[in-house]
Amino acid sequence: MTKTAALRVTTPTDRDVVITREFDASRGMVFDAHTKPDLVQRWLLGPPGWTMPVCEIDLRVGGKYRYVWQNADGRTMGVGGTFTEIARPSRIVITQLFDEDWTGGETIVITEFVETKGKTRLTTTIRYVSREVRDAALKTGMAKGMEAGYERLDDLLKEETR
Amino acid sequence: MKPTSYTLDTTFAALADPTRRAILARLASGEASVAELAEPFDMSQPAISKHLKVLERAGLISRGREAQRRPRRLEPRPLADATDWIERYRKIWEGNYKRLDAVLQELKARQKKAVDALLDEVKPKSRKRKPQ
Repeated sequence: MTKTAALRVTTPTDRDVVITREFDASRGMVFDAHTKPDLVQRWLLGPPGWTMPVCEIDLRVGGKYRYVWQNADGRTMGVGGTFTEIARPSRIVITQLFDEDWTGGETIVITEFVETKGKTRLTTTIRYVSREVRDAALKTGMAKGMEAGYERLDDLLKEETR
Repeated sequence: MKPTSYTLDTTFAALADPTRRAILARLASGEASVAELAEPFDMSQPAISKHLKVLERAGLISRGREAQRRPRRLEPRPLADATDWIERYRKIWEGNYKRLDAVLQELKARQKKAVDALLDEVKPKSRKRKPQ
């Protein structure tokens, strides 16, 4: 397999978190992997130990989506929103609101697919209502939704470095 | 629970409130008494004190020695521990995208198989010429 560009997480503006990564596939495929439930359920899982038992996607402008994750202890975390823009295979815009609103309100998520020579650069922009909300979301989100996974990872890393 | 993870948990819980984050932001520019902290908020001093207790328990602030004012000040350590979030965030997405790589490889293999099957189907047909 050919090497693809590494993942980058940046905060280019006050309200945005931008994640970029390159994939060795056409953008149609990467688009499908983001919009077909049976595919989404296989990779959009977060920290180790979480699965996505609920994945509903009504792929049309104004259509809703809903994801629910679950960890080994049975703890769940849900998120949902509406498709506001769909341009297969180049762009998707959704609104996003977590059930436990630790992200400080609804965010806008813009996903862009740019293909060059059979490879796809994926850019995901998460736009918060303000800088304060973004920074708080990034910090507190770790605690509310994901700390179990991280702690396990931290323990593992500690053991590795010992 | 281990003491380290407990501390981090408490830190995040303490940060998960807009008033407490505003208090921390205020203390970032210098220490302040309870009265001074209560001023910009539409809140009573006891309500502010409650928030301060949470922040204190999380180790995010401490009290000065000055007996009368007992000013609160920011303790930078726990916040610094909590702010490696971007690295953690990156790790999460790297995990997600490694799984996505595998899904895409499978889709490509599936597509190739479908194309090959289609070609197999087309080939013999193209050989068969329509009877004139």
